[in-house]
Amino acid sequence: MRIKNHPILSFDGRETIPFYFNDKLYYGVEGDTIASALVANNVKALTSSLHLERPRGFYCAIGNCASCNMVVDGEPNVRTCITPLKKDMRVYRQKGRGRLHAKE
Amino acid sequence: MIEKTGIPSKAQVKAEFPTPEELSRPKAVIECYKEIPCNPCETSCPFDAITVGEDINARPQIDFDACTGCGICVYSCPGLAIMVARLKNGEAEMKVPYEFTPLPEKGEIVNVVDRRGDVITEGRVLNVSKSAKQDRTALVHFAVDEKYLYDAISIEVSYGS
Amino acid sequence: MQKSEVVVVGAGPAGLTAAHELLKAGAEVTLIDRNASLGGQLIKQTHKFFGSEKQYAAHRGIDILERLTENLIPYERFHLLSETTVVGFYHDKVLTCLKDDRYFKLQADSVIFATGASEHSIPFENNDLPGVYAAGAVQTLMNEYGIKPGQRVLMVGSGNIGLIVSYQLMQAGVDVAAVLEASERIGGYLVHASKLRRLGVEIRTNMSIKSAIGEAHVEAAEAWRLDEDWQGIEGSEERYDVDTICIAVGLSPLTELLEQAGAEVEYISELGGNVPVLKDYETTIEGVYACGDLANIEEASSAMVEGRIAGIRAAQALDYTVENAEMRLKALDDELVDLRSGPPGDNVRRGLKKMEGLT
Repeated sequence: MRIKNHPILSFDGRETIPFYFNDKLYYGVEGDTIASALVANNVKALTSSLHLERPRGFYCAIGNCASCNMVVDGEPNVRTCITPLKKDMRVYRQKGRGRLHAKE
Repeated sequence: MIEKTGIPSKAQVKAEFPTPEELSRPKAVIECYKEIPCNPCETSCPFDAITVGEDINARPQIDFDACTGCGICVYSCPGLAIMVARLKNGEAEMKVPYEFTPLPEKGEIVNVVDRRGDVITEGRVLNVSKSAKQDRTALVHFAVDEKYLYDAISIEVSYGS
Repeated sequence: MQKSEVVVVGAGPAGLTAAHELLKAGAEVTLIDRNASLGGQLIKQTHKFFGSEKQYAAHRGIDILERLTENLIPYERFHLLSETTVVGFYHDKVLTCLKDDRYFKLQADSVIFATGASEHSIPFENNDLPGVYAAGAVQTLMNEYGIKPGQRVLMVGSGNIGLIVSYQLMQAGVDVAAVLEASERIGGYLVHASKLRRLGVEIRTNMSIKSAIGEAHVEAAEAWRLDEDWQGIEGSEERYDVDTICIAVGLSPLTELLEQAGAEVEYISELGGNVPVLKDYETTIEGVYACGDLANIEEASSAMVEGRIAGIRAAQALDYTVENAEMRLKALDDELVDLRSGPPGDNVRRGLKKMEGLT
């Protein structure tokens, strides 16, 4: 799903970044947000609706709509469309509102 | 109707063309059918052949006597609404803006499309230019039978394998 | 509490030019943006811009962005806070910011909001399925991150965003099944429509989307014809086999922060909905300004000009001397008049007239 040839832009030479989604190993590239890396891997459902738990994907890609909120490294409601992907991040599809865990 | 489909009528297209006599030399054909705030065609022309005027919303007017068919306006037009046409030896030669990969190669036989995007004939690629000043808008120069003068508008995009 | 003489919220075309004018005049400027990279929506504008040379016409948005950013770098009194979200704004010009999981407050003498706008959705069956994306969001995904949203797209809306993103989808190698337009005419520039049509993409007026089909994600879409009252006509349904549906039906200004502080907001549909009440780009709170899509939904060319005007006005209010201020303001006003005087500017002109009646 990554663009290989583009008449205007070049996306070559970006380093690979490993991360985990629902405990499975995936790869994104340098410059990705969490959401873009997931979409590049054909993962479309990022969160679920609060009551009916319907699958939800990203919508606005500018950190505005909450449709891509996920649990990242234990923290819920992370706006994954504007959060840069980092090596070995552990990302989970969020159910409901998410729970905060006390940090040590 | 262009406002509904994006396709200009044949009469609209013909009205923008110079006469066949004038087309013995290459001339720019501007298909900017509705007023928009834009004038790079005017400011890019080294021969002052194109006039938009004080109100940048006005439709561009071209002086075919002054136009040399150099093609600078073709890649300067943000709407990709200009091409250069010429009649030569029974063929219509056209220089059109092209922003897709891969680019065709000189000598290649390509499918030529009309303003609906339908393939109407085959064309022969005469040249492909992509200099830095064109800023990633390539110019594809191709030839078709002259009967397609008012129909041919671009080449079919091929994404390769 | 940290202080900055001026805070500019939003580093898109309007925010960048506003910051530049203020810095030129000698002010201290903190530019805040929630993204890691500057430019707002310019970062994905791979097409050449319309307008005149004064707004960098015929240059691609991505390259204009570089110029606007480079303008700011030489200034010592320029501070950048990226990946920082402004979450609160109070009438005494205090901003609450969030960066790296930490909240902090910032006191400013003058604040310029250039927060832009967010894309609309529209109601239809299954409109929440993954695969239904805002068109501008898809443009971000493709042109900023180099990722295709899917294999085949149905575009809903034929304004400039719908037309441009459709063309850019084709450039990225994604098939566009059709562009649907609810009204009887194409909304955007006809030159955009024509360049899309010659790629074989059909633009269908008086049509809209009825439903998205699929369980876990979009597998198809159903379109239907609309009657004169914009109601769907039963029996006119057509199915499109697509995995992505793009929604390009307009934008709403992001006025939330201004509203928190009590700045007046009015509904003016021609300007994009709820917009801050402005006089010379100043809100009803003294020393607080708004420009760009936040002030009225328009092209980036106008946003850049508005940012400059707001920046000059704010600098003057802080008693900085702006060289040739009156001449420059007049010239910038003239640029806006030029950009808006044709048919595409009808709406904005009507909206601004209504705004004048309010102040």
